Amino acid sequence: MVKKAEVVNLNFSYTDKRILNGVSLPIYENRITALIGPSGCGKTTLLRCFNRMHDLYGAIQYDGKINLFPDELNILSDEIDPIEVRMKIGMVFQKPNPFPKSIYENIAYGLRVRGVKKKSFIDEKIEDSLKKASLWNEVSDRLNSSATSLSGGQQQRLCIARALATEPDILLLDEPTSALDPISTAHIEELVTELKKSVTIVMVTHNLHQAARTADYTSFMYLGEMIEFGESSQIFTNPKEQKTENYITGRFG
Amino acid sequence: MAIRSEFSTPQSLKRRLRNFKESLIGLSLFLCALSSVLITFGVIYTLISEALPFFKDVSLKNFILDREWTPLFENPQYGILTLMSGTFLTTAIALTIAIPLGTVAAVFLSEYCSHRAREIFKPLLELLAAVPTVVYGYFALLFITPLLQKIIPSLESFNALSAGLVMGIMIIPYISSLSEDAMRAVPLHLREGSLAMGASKLQTSFNVIVPAAFSGIASAYVLGISRALGETMVVAIAAGLQPRLSLNPLESTQTLTAYIVQVSMGDLPQGSIGYRTIYVAGLVLLILTLTFNLIGQNIRARMENKYK
Ligand SMILES: Nc1ncnc2c1ncn2[C@@H]1O[C@H](COP(=O)(O)OP(=O)(O)O)[C@@H](O)[C@H]1O
Ligand SMILES: [Mg+2]
Repeated sequence: MVKKAEVVNLNFSYTDKRILNGVSLPIYENRITALIGPSGCGKTTLLRCFNRMHDLYGAIQYDGKINLFPDELNILSDEIDPIEVRMKIGMVFQKPNPFPKSIYENIAYGLRVRGVKKKSFIDEKIEDSLKKASLWNEVSDRLNSSATSLSGGQQQRLCIARALATEPDILLLDEPTSALDPISTAHIEELVTELKKSVTIVMVTHNLHQAARTADYTSFMYLGEMIEFGESSQIFTNPKEQKTENYITGRFG
Repeated sequence: MAIRSEFSTPQSLKRRLRNFKESLIGLSLFLCALSSVLITFGVIYTLISEALPFFKDVSLKNFILDREWTPLFENPQYGILTLMSGTFLTTAIALTIAIPLGTVAAVFLSEYCSHRAREIFKPLLELLAAVPTVVYGYFALLFITPLLQKIIPSLESFNALSAGLVMGIMIIPYISSLSEDAMRAVPLHLREGSLAMGASKLQTSFNVIVPAAFSGIASAYVLGISRALGETMVVAIAAGLQPRLSLNPLESTQTLTAYIVQVSMGDLPQGSIGYRTIYVAGLVLLILTLTFNLIGQNIRARMENKYK
């Protein structure tokens, strides 16, 4: 099992409100790690530490590390440029957020931002990432039509393709199916499972079945703390912590 | 206390009274809306009815093809393109200034300013629109023109360039304010989507926010264009009163509006052809403004269809 990243004793606060408390967990390469826990426990907050999204809003404080392997580089360090972190770590949001551009331009966006100009290279990347996001068959004949004309599920797969086009080290997914219908949800779950061949995934979900079905590892969070981390099969069948058991059996949250 | 209510019958007094009140309110709202429409039609009617007799004396062909506008001379000529060129020239110069600066100011206010900084910058910028246009006119004539003459010695003391530049400064807040509103209405998740791709703030502003807000920004531009086409004082004071079919910004020129003020200040007998030219110029101005508004609406509709 190769570690792609590790969170080490991470504390995070907004101004003076402590949100994450001594969180530690490993992220394994080419595996899916799910973050579960009751609403407000800090799942999104933790996920947004990985790509330094919090830095956009100031008045925040990281304390602890997120090391990225193989270099064991702490991406939370002040010396690291958050933009360079975001270049390596892609993110897909809760609500599909395609840009008001064509399908083509949406996926080309990350490449253009990185200064890629060569048309043939971009074309190739677009086909490649749309295929990975299992959207190619549906849109290959209308790459120039508006991304907002797609259905919600297609839009979310487009957002996944957009993130994949720049070959991220890690892909962050924040409740990627919470705004979608059951069929689109199943489609995305299938896709995510397929994707772990090529990318390491960290996924927040409030849907326990989703975590159990797709994730290799699951970590249960409660009130800003990491209560338990383990293989999903173990967490869902044989949790070690009482709080985890209470949560997965539906006794709270 | 009887909070629970019974269903009333359609004939009941309470219900009829309420329906009556509702329809009264509806009617008065309709009348308010109607009055503004009526006033618009009234203005258009006056313009057209006063302008039409003009075309009994002057053929449409001469009106469009003559190269001079000299209605008050011995051998009058009525080439409207002469005045239109003045209007287009000053408007184009103004927009060359106002569109880039207004857009950049809007991006700055919407994407870069903290809340506190915006509270300071925005009113300052809007102050530009509060200065009386007469002041801008003399600012152009007495300050900008001499300044420009140091760089361009051949610049006439009345010229389109200086008037256009100052008019551009004047309409920056019209463009920046509306554009900023449009940009700030772009949902946060688009901004974050772009930043999460590794884009910088600048890339996000111009590649995502501006296109996403473009229908609003286009309205801001259209407002700016209408404002520039209709501006009177600045051009009358600083651009001169010399109708000229030319697009040379260094010479003096006369716009449709400047002609209207110039002639209305003289005492032309009512009903004379000279008097009619005022309405003709006004009508042409109205058509121009309307055309740009329609084009703007068209662009907006198309953008909205394309990128909803
Ligand atoms: N911008 C913010 N400022 C202050 N507190 C916040 C902010 N965003 C979220 N929080 C708080 O952080 C806690 C964790 O939120 P979040 O990470 O979104 O939870 P989850 O994703 O697990 O539902 C919540 O108590 C929430 O109120
Ligand atoms: Mg959340």
